[in-house]
Amino acid sequence: MELSRRETLALGLGAAFLTIMPLRANAAAEDAIAAFTGGADVADGGVTLTAPEIAENGNTVPIEVSAPGAASILIVAAGNPEPGVATFNFGPLAAAQAASTRIRLAGTQDVIAVAKMADGSFAKASATVKVTIGGCGG
Amino acid sequence: MASGVKPRVKVPKTAAAGEAITIKTLISHKMESGQRKDKEGNVIPRSIINRFTCEFNGEMVIDVTMEPAISTNPYFQFEATVPEAGEFVFTWYDDDGSVYDEKKTIEIA
Repeated sequence: MELSRRETLALGLGAAFLTIMPLRANAAAEDAIAAFTGGADVADGGVTLTAPEIAENGNTVPIEVSAPGAASILIVAAGNPEPGVATFNFGPLAAAQAASTRIRLAGTQDVIAVAKMADGSFAKASATVKVTIGGCGG
Repeated sequence: MASGVKPRVKVPKTAAAGEAITIKTLISHKMESGQRKDKEGNVIPRSIINRFTCEFNGEMVIDVTMEPAISTNPYFQFEATVPEAGEFVFTWYDDDGSVYDEKKTIEIA
């Protein structure tokens, strides 16, 4: 089989497109994080995100987040139809920059916590949660 | 106003001055995400509590912005410093404009 120059190019483009597709699924989550950080660099570490490895019921997944010295913490679920979950803003009387809550997860995915530190820097942590039953109805 | 909304808050009755206490809050609310569909395939409109705040004597402890991914009957646990005797005010803001609040006083032991 002979491939013309045009066909070869088309194949190459198709392959490139397929490689980019999985990344796009996370674009909404990245947009949500970018909106929070304003495009600043996000370092790893300094944030502790505790989530179960396996959640039987995606409707109520207990999570706990802690970031000493943080002014606010954003929680993002990358695989949900809407990636935003919650933003915790800590006031002067918060004894610890930590909170726990229960969230909905549509399926197995990464949960990401991004903390804005008091000095304006950003840090993040993520945890993968396997979900047996999704929490978005059907 | 969504029906059957009942806030419940657990705060110790007393604390030492400057002590860090753990607060647990729960409010009954269906937190309709706006993603579900009814039997006819129509989307059930979103109806959630979108903000929760806790203040002590007018000073902010925590202010949470909530999205539809927060579970039914939103639960929060966090820690607060108690500098003096006073009152915690917990406020939940509903999508439909309703505001639910709960107050707890705390003494210095």
